[in-house]
Amino acid sequence: MTTVDVPTQRPVLVDEREDLASVVRTIGMVWERELIRFSRTRTRILSSFIQPVLFLFVLGYGMSTLVGTTAGFDFKKFLFPGIVAMSVVMTAMFSAISIVWDREFGFLREMVVAPVSRGALVIGKTLGGASVATVQGTIMLVLAPLIGVHLTPLLVVQVIGLELLMAVAMTTFGVFIASRIQKIEGFQVVMQLLLFPMLFLSGALFPLNGLPGWLTVITRINPLTYAVAPLRQVVFAAQNMPPAAAARFSASVTLFGYSLPIAVEIGIVCVFAVVFFVLAVAGFGKPE
Amino acid sequence: MGGGFATVGTGALAPGAREDKGRGGFAVEVSHLSKRYGDVEAVKDVSFSVSRGEVFAFLGPNGAGKTTTIKMLCTLARPTGGTATVGGFDVQRQPKAVRRRIGLVFQEQTLDDQLTAEENLRFHAVLYHVPRAEVDERIDRVLRLVALANRRGDLISTFSGGMARRLEIARGMLHTPAVLFLDEPTIGLDPQTRALMWEDVLRLRRDEGVTIFLTTHYMDEAEYADRIAIIDRGSIVALDTPDELKHLVEADTVELTTADDAQAAGRLSDAGFRVSQGEEALVIFVQDGETQVPRLIEVAGVPVRKVHVHRPTLDDVFLHFTGRQIREDHAERAMPMRMRAMARRR
Repeated sequence: MTTVDVPTQRPVLVDEREDLASVVRTIGMVWERELIRFSRTRTRILSSFIQPVLFLFVLGYGMSTLVGTTAGFDFKKFLFPGIVAMSVVMTAMFSAISIVWDREFGFLREMVVAPVSRGALVIGKTLGGASVATVQGTIMLVLAPLIGVHLTPLLVVQVIGLELLMAVAMTTFGVFIASRIQKIEGFQVVMQLLLFPMLFLSGALFPLNGLPGWLTVITRINPLTYAVAPLRQVVFAAQNMPPAAAARFSASVTLFGYSLPIAVEIGIVCVFAVVFFVLAVAGFGKPE
Repeated sequence: MGGGFATVGTGALAPGAREDKGRGGFAVEVSHLSKRYGDVEAVKDVSFSVSRGEVFAFLGPNGAGKTTTIKMLCTLARPTGGTATVGGFDVQRQPKAVRRRIGLVFQEQTLDDQLTAEENLRFHAVLYHVPRAEVDERIDRVLRLVALANRRGDLISTFSGGMARRLEIARGMLHTPAVLFLDEPTIGLDPQTRALMWEDVLRLRRDEGVTIFLTTHYMDEAEYADRIAIIDRGSIVALDTPDELKHLVEADTVELTTADDAQAAGRLSDAGFRVSQGEEALVIFVQDGETQVPRLIEVAGVPVRKVHVHRPTLDDVFLHFTGRQIREDHAERAMPMRMRAMARRR
C-alpha cells in the first residue's frame, strides 16, 4: 500500500456564521444569475415582447371597431394596461418555471446542496424573476404613444411599482408550481391549464363588470384580477377620461357591490405573494 | 453481512491516520448506516471509516447503493438507520456544518451552461461563503489545478463533457472542503480525459490535502484508491487496499472455454475446485494456475477450446466476493431507475 502523506490542510476558508451579510450576498448572487441568463437569451426577450404586442394590435384593433369609441376613448386604450400586465405575468412565470430546467439540467442540485437557507434561494430567484418581468413590462410602455395613452413621470413610477408587486407575486406562485413539477413536459400543462386561464379571466383583456354570475365568481377568485385592476386604475387616472368613458370602461373591481380601493387590491396581492412564498420555500429542494 | 464488516472497516486504518486516532482523525465515519425507499433496502447496515487524506473508493455495480450512501453523507438523503459523520459533524444533526466541509461532483452535470466558467465558480463561491477578498485568488487557483485557466471567460455550452467534468471538480474544491465526493466521476469520459481527470484528483490530494471519496464501477479506476470498499446489494462485502483485496482472492484465475460449460463446471466443482460462470467462459480460482491447467482440462472431461490464465485483477476480486462479474449485471440495472423515480417523487 502506498503511504498517504497527508499535507496539513489549509484552514477552511468558509465563514462559520450565516449572518445577514452572507444571506444578502447569496440573494444577490441568485438574482444576478437570473439577470445574466435573461440578458443572454435575446430570443426570449423578443418573444416575450411580440406575443403581447400581437394581442394588443390584433385584439385591440379588431375589437375597437365592434366596441366603438365612447367620448374619444376606445378599446385599445382599455386593453393597454392589461397587455402590460400580461407581459409582466408571462415573463415572471417563465422565469420561475426555469427551476424545472434547473432541475432537469442539474443546476438546482448545486443550489440546494449549498450551506445556505432555502429562503435565501427563493428570495433571490423571486427577485431575479420579478426584476426581469418588470423590465419586460416596462419595455411595453414604448407602445403607449401609438395607442394614444398619455404617460407622465408619476404614472411611469406608479406602473413600475405595481409591475414589481405583480411580478413578485407571480414569481413566488411560479416557484411554488415549479417545485411541484418534476418534468419539463409539465411546463406546457401549467401554461395551458393555469397561466392562460388566469390571464384571460383577470380582466386584462375585457371589463369585469356585467359578466354572467358564474364568470363573475371565477374572476373574483382569480388573484391576478387584483393585480391587474390597480395597474389599469393608475393608467386611467392619468388619462383625463370623460365620465361617460370611465363608466363604460370600468377599471375597478367590484366585490359584493362595492368598488375595491387600490390599497385593498394591493393588500390582497401581498397576501397572495406571502402565502406562496412560504409554500415555495417549504417545497424547495427538500432532502429525500 | 455488512455488520460483520464493521470491524474490518474501522480496524483497517490507512497509515496516515494512525497517529491521529482522536475525534476528527477520520474524515468520514459511518456506523450501521441504512436507507430504505419503501420496500427497497438500498443500503443495509453499512459501517466504515475514511482517514484524512485518503482516496477511498466505493466499487460496485449500478444499484448497489453507492450513490445512496453518498447522498446520505452529503445530507441529500436522510438515513433510515445508523449514523454518519463527515469532518467530525453529524450528517443528520449538523447538515449545514457538513455541507460547508464537502465538495460534491455528481453523476450528472450541474453547471449552468448559459454562464461562463468564472460565473459558475463565482456563484459557488458566494453560496459557500468564501470571503469576498479570497474569491478571485481561489478561482485562479482551482482553474489552474484543472488546467482550465485559459477557458475562464467561456460559456459552459462551449465546453466538452470532459472539460465540464473537470471544471466541476475545480468547483468542488473552491471552498477548500475537507472531503471531496465524486460520484462516478469518469462516467461517459473517453480514456484520455479519464486519465487527465485522475491526474487532477491526485494532484488535489497532494497539494490541498483533501480526502477523496469516490464511487465507481470501473475496476481500473478503483486501483487508484488507497482503499476500496466493494459494495453489492446494499452491503459492503469487502474492504481493503487493492493489493490486499487481490491477496484475499488467494488465487490465479483460469478461464476455460469449453464445448459444454455446464457439464465441465459440475465436474470441476465435484472435484473440489472453486468455479464461477463468467461472461464468456468458466472461471476457476486455483493456486498456481499455470501448472494446474492440464489437471483442470482432465477433470472437465469435455473438449476445451481456449485456456487463459491470469493473475488476479479487481474484476476477479469482485467476482470472488459476489459470485458475479461487475459489468453485465442486467438484473441490477432496473434498481437505480426505480430508486431514482422514488427519489424524484420526494
